[in-house]
Parts: sequence; structure tokens; C-alpha cells
Amino acid sequence: MISRAHKVLFLIMLVACVIMAAVLIRLRNRAQDRLQAEAVAAPASIANGSSNAPTQVTLYMPNDLDASLTSVTRTMALPADRNAEARVLLDNLVAAFGAAGSTHAMNVAAGVNEVYFLPVPQSSGQEAVVDLTGALAAAQPSGIEPETLTLLAMMATLHANMPAVTEVHFLVDGQPRDTLAGHADLTRTYLASEANPEPVPAPNAGQRGAAGSQ
Amino acid sequence: MTAAAFLMGSAGAQTRPSPQAPAGPPLPAVPAPAPEPVQAKFTVVLDAAHGGNDPGAHLRGDVAEKDVTLGLATRLRSALRGRGIDVVTTRDADVNLAAVNRAQAANRAQAAACVVLHATATGSGVHLYTSSLSPAPMQRLLPWQTAQASYVTQSLKLEAEIDTALAHAEIPVALGRASVQPMDSLTCPTVAVEVAPLVGGHVTEGREITDASYQKSVVDAVVAALAAWHSDWKQ
Repeated sequence: MISRAHKVLFLIMLVACVIMAAVLIRLRNRAQDRLQAEAVAAPASIANGSSNAPTQVTLYMPNDLDASLTSVTRTMALPADRNAEARVLLDNLVAAFGAAGSTHAMNVAAGVNEVYFLPVPQSSGQEAVVDLTGALAAAQPSGIEPETLTLLAMMATLHANMPAVTEVHFLVDGQPRDTLAGHADLTRTYLASEANPEPVPAPNAGQRGAAGSQ
Repeated sequence: MTAAAFLMGSAGAQTRPSPQAPAGPPLPAVPAPAPEPVQAKFTVVLDAAHGGNDPGAHLRGDVAEKDVTLGLATRLRSALRGRGIDVVTTRDADVNLAAVNRAQAANRAQAAACVVLHATATGSGVHLYTSSLSPAPMQRLLPWQTAQASYVTQSLKLEAEIDTALAHAEIPVALGRASVQPMDSLTCPTVAVEVAPLVGGHVTEGREITDASYQKSVVDAVVAALAAWHSDWKQ
């Protein structure tokens, strides 16, 4: 037998649950509207020419033959918006993969959908969430070395031009994915310092590549 | 595998656990194998990557990576057993195994060395990869997703051994650190051996991955390295 007091308590809790759900849905919708407005505003600001003066940037080009990264300096005008700046940097890097004589051949029109930044807890650093295109994942040669080099080149390029970026996480078309093309793990968050572009002398004949230790 | 809960903070490999640990539900911890003096046998685990509906990389000549890795594992197993070395293979047929099952099979063997076999169409020679986890001290229970951290130092030594043997065979080698499953969950010195075609140069002759003599050179070098590792292990 359920007492009257319990019934009243149950009803009060039920009403409270419904009210809380309504409040949460409303907050979620507001946040969604705000993010959509920001997403629309960002490309518009780029199209309106709100970019900085041409500046020198450093891209890290992988070499499949010795698993190394080589820095290449380019001059380009970067957008004022930080997210767009990161996207332009990585798009230029991916475009360099497809250039004639590339040491890391990969032909893909657009490599990055978007780059987002998140604060790293208990640190002054930032985590860059790089949303790769499905086209890049499809064009990526499969293998530990080629996949790892693609990720390391992106991490090194981001870190070199945006030192605040200390961690990088990769998505493909907005979704988490196990691997880039069957090998390199995309489920984890990488430390930007893992992309050590300076080759370390190998103890023997082998060439120590770009994948530095954490 | 025990049912003990996975405690990310106990990894000791990182001050902040998220960069080390893949996303997803917590996985159980794996008990660290018994110390080496108790270990009676020198066992090598060979993990032929991919298989079944996961072909891996598409190599030249419409060859699937899964077939090359299985062929290499078979050759290696025969050669190692010929030298009296115990071998455990994660797969002997064209089947797809989850990374967690490969790691379970390897860890159960309490192996002295684990060799993960891959093949790719890019690069030249052999790529040797070890886990990108930071070295961590050995613990009684190791976090499943970063268990390899306690073996990274040994893995680098094993990598150097294989590197030396490949250099003697005049096969170009590229070394690196990578995050590839199931390597990070293995409780043994682990090296991923990724075989690429041999690009012709001033001193080297170009060879495809499917070239039997090239494969034999790679297999012989890895066997020599594991034999040397065996000698070191006995001391």
C-alpha cells in the first residue's frame, strides 16, 4: 500500500523532472543557435577580407622514404579568425601533399572541414580538434608510416604556427573514427610534442623518423 | 584478464590521462606477467595484422596487406621454430580478429617478444615502429589501454636489434613511434614491422613486397634479430 505522502512526493518529483527537462532543452536550443550563428559569421568575415597581412608560416612536409618531417616556409595571408587560420594552414599543407614532386603523395581537394579549439584542463594549452574530410581519409595511403606521417605533419604544423596548441584530436566528417586508413589510431588525443620534426640519429642504419616520444 | 576496474590515474605514464587513453568505455586492467626469472620459455608472438573482411592496404598487383602479413607470419614461424624458439601466432587463417582479442592472445603467452606484422605500398624497405607511449614503471596491474608503457624501453631495445639485423641485410630501415592497435595493450617488448617495397637506388635494386627473395631477406633478418634477443634474454 503506497501512502498518500509518497504519492505526493512522487508527483512533486515528476513535475520537477519535467520542468528540468524543459529547461535543459531550452538551453540546448539556445546553445545550438549560438554555435550556428558563429559558424555562419566566420566564413562571412573571411569573405569580407578580414584577413591579416601576408605572413610567414611553417608547414611540415613528410617524407615517406625516411619517415621524416621537413619544415617549409611559405608566405600567405591568414584569416583573422583563429579557427579559420588553422583550417587554412592545414588546407595548404594538404595541398602541398598533392604538389608535383611531393614526398608524401596524396591528391585530395579539401582535407579539413573545420578546426575547433578547446581549453586543456589544468593547463594554459589548447586542444585542437581537427575535423578531417572523408575525402582525405579515402585518399590517405594505408599503412602505419604514411598515416602516422600525415597526422604528425598536421600536428607539427599546427604547433609551429600556434604554439598554444598542445594537444590534437582528429575526427573524420565530424565523427570519431578508429583509424585514419586502417592503422593510425584516431581514438586518442595526441600531444603536439609527439611530432618531433628533428630527426634523431638512429643507433644503426635506420633513420629515426618524425614520430617522437611523448 | 581480470575484472578489476581500469584506473586511468594509475598509469603513471602521463600527468593527464586523456592523451594516452583512447576514448570509449573503461577496459579492464591486465595483470603484469610474472618477473622474468620465473618465465621458463622464450616465446615469440607473431601478429599478422588485418584478415577476413579487413584487407588492410591494397598493395601493387591487387595484393591485400592481410595476405602478405599472413605469409610473413607463416615464414617467420617456421624459421623460428626451426631454431627451437616457441612461437604463438594470433591468426593462422584469413580471419578478422579484434585488436582486443589479439592483445589477449599475445598477453596470455607471456612472450619475450611480440612482432606485429604490417605491409604498405609507400616508402622503401622496412619501417619499424614502437608504441608512442611514454615509458612507465612496471606495476602489479597495468591499465589495458596503456599496458605497453611498462615495456617501451625493452621495445626500443628489440627495435634496435631488428634494425641492426636489417642493416646487415642491406635493407633500408625507417624507425618511428606510433599509436597503432593492439600495440599499446601488449605486455611484452613489441615492435611493428611494416614491410614496404624496396625502391631502387644507386646501390639498391628495386623489389616488390611480393618478391619471394625480398621477403626471405626480411624474414631472415628478423629471425636473426630474435635469435640475438633470445641470447640476451637467457643472460
